[in-house]
Amino acid sequence: MGNLLIIAIGSALVSNVVLSQFLGICPFLGVSKKVETAAGMGVAVIFVITLASTITILLYDFIMVPLNIEYLQTIVFILVIAALVQFVEMFLKKSMPSLYNALGVYLPLITTNCAVLGVALTNVQKSYNIIESIVNGFATAVGFTISIVILAGIREKMEYNDFPAAFKGSPIVLITASLMAIAFFGFSGII
Amino acid sequence: MSVQAIIIATVVIAAVGLFIGIFLGVAGVKFEVEVDEKAVAVREELPGANCGGCGFAGCDGLAAAIAAGTAPVNGCPVCSEEACNKIAAIMGVEAGSGEKMVAFVKCAGTCEKAKEKYQYSGVQDCNMAAALPGAGSKACSYGCMGYGSCVAACPFDAIHVVDGVAVVDPVECKACSKCIAACPKKLIELVPYKAECRVECSSHDKGKDVMAVCSVGCIGCGICAKQCPKEAITMENNVAHIDYEKCISCGICAAKCPKGIITMNAKAQKIKEIDAKKKAEAAAKAKEAAAAKAAAAKAEAAAKAEEKPEA
Repeated sequence: MGNLLIIAIGSALVSNVVLSQFLGICPFLGVSKKVETAAGMGVAVIFVITLASTITILLYDFIMVPLNIEYLQTIVFILVIAALVQFVEMFLKKSMPSLYNALGVYLPLITTNCAVLGVALTNVQKSYNIIESIVNGFATAVGFTISIVILAGIREKMEYNDFPAAFKGSPIVLITASLMAIAFFGFSGII
Repeated sequence: MSVQAIIIATVVIAAVGLFIGIFLGVAGVKFEVEVDEKAVAVREELPGANCGGCGFAGCDGLAAAIAAGTAPVNGCPVCSEEACNKIAAIMGVEAGSGEKMVAFVKCAGTCEKAKEKYQYSGVQDCNMAAALPGAGSKACSYGCMGYGSCVAACPFDAIHVVDGVAVVDPVECKACSKCIAACPKKLIELVPYKAECRVECSSHDKGKDVMAVCSVGCIGCGICAKQCPKEAITMENNVAHIDYEKCISCGICAAKCPKGIITMNAKAQKIKEIDAKKKAEAAAKAKEAAAAKAAAAKAEAAAKAEEKPEA
């Protein structure tokens, strides 16, 4: 149990997927203009990454290791994750329209994100077991959600600020993200 | 690296791809959601700006509601009449002729006409400025501050700040009500596109206070209300209010208003144009006459000059 807690805090805060591993930067910068949309994205990411890490670790442990084809993990994971999200989208549209509407456009958007693949590969790399992988996936996604919602909150406030012309738009967002990364660096002493 | 490894990799990936393809294909058939064909067809006719003027969450929402029969076929305030008719045809009903409405800013206190209390150099945003002491830098606390929050809110580029006051372009305006929501002074309202008479002030102050801060403010004299033949004008909170269901656009109120704040939309412009033309013509005639006179004088002088050497 303690082990799982350490994994969870470690991947949510200490080695935050965006601010310390620099994965999933594109939705982090792209969908962080409003807190509402950022939260929607975060929920979709939690959903997809938890599911993807579950499926990929099962696939790895029970099919790829016995067949000695571990070296194909990257390409197989990409294929499987993409297909999985596609299938989940169809399934939700049919059986849970309300959840489908809530996740909306973010679900297909996150399919090919590097953070999703990154978590799946990290699970294999660190040789986590199935439970640990699921916890790691979930915690990583929660870390993503935390950072994207914080950035969106800051950006909403920054709308009213008067920057020098050279910093307007993306530059100031990148600077903000870098300051957030420094702030998250403070967590590194916890574990 | 051996050839065998390459072959294994190829076969595995091909197999995975084949499996996923078949799996998704089957799933696609099994989990197919019946999409209402009508909703798709209606969605095609809607503008797709997702402005929310209809009250639904985007054009898809309205299309679904129209197809389900819970929203009227002319539920979209943005649609042209042609598109509305097409939607009506899809649904197999007659389109009610919804009157075209446009947004209108009830303030004419431009930079020259209205006074400022202090110099404002903060964020160019009405909501921020309105939160300051005295509700903005404009001396009239009801007037348009001109920081353009409505301009930023307009998805159709139909509202602009001219001379410190927001002005709606009635042709571009689709009556989506975004600007109405954006204005902290609640200055903008929807009026019928055809309505000729509009009150260009929303000040609730008494006449003297209004005159002190703005040269084009409603002083609440009530002359328009008395003169209106249809009793369409009422005085509410010291400002004239026109009931467009009664208004016949006769223009008497506009003519009688001592401050000239009731404007005749198109008619007034036409009259102005005609006046300008007449003036221009008169000026041209005067010029011609002056030129003729000058020419005659010159000719005379020339004739005299010619006479002199002979003499």
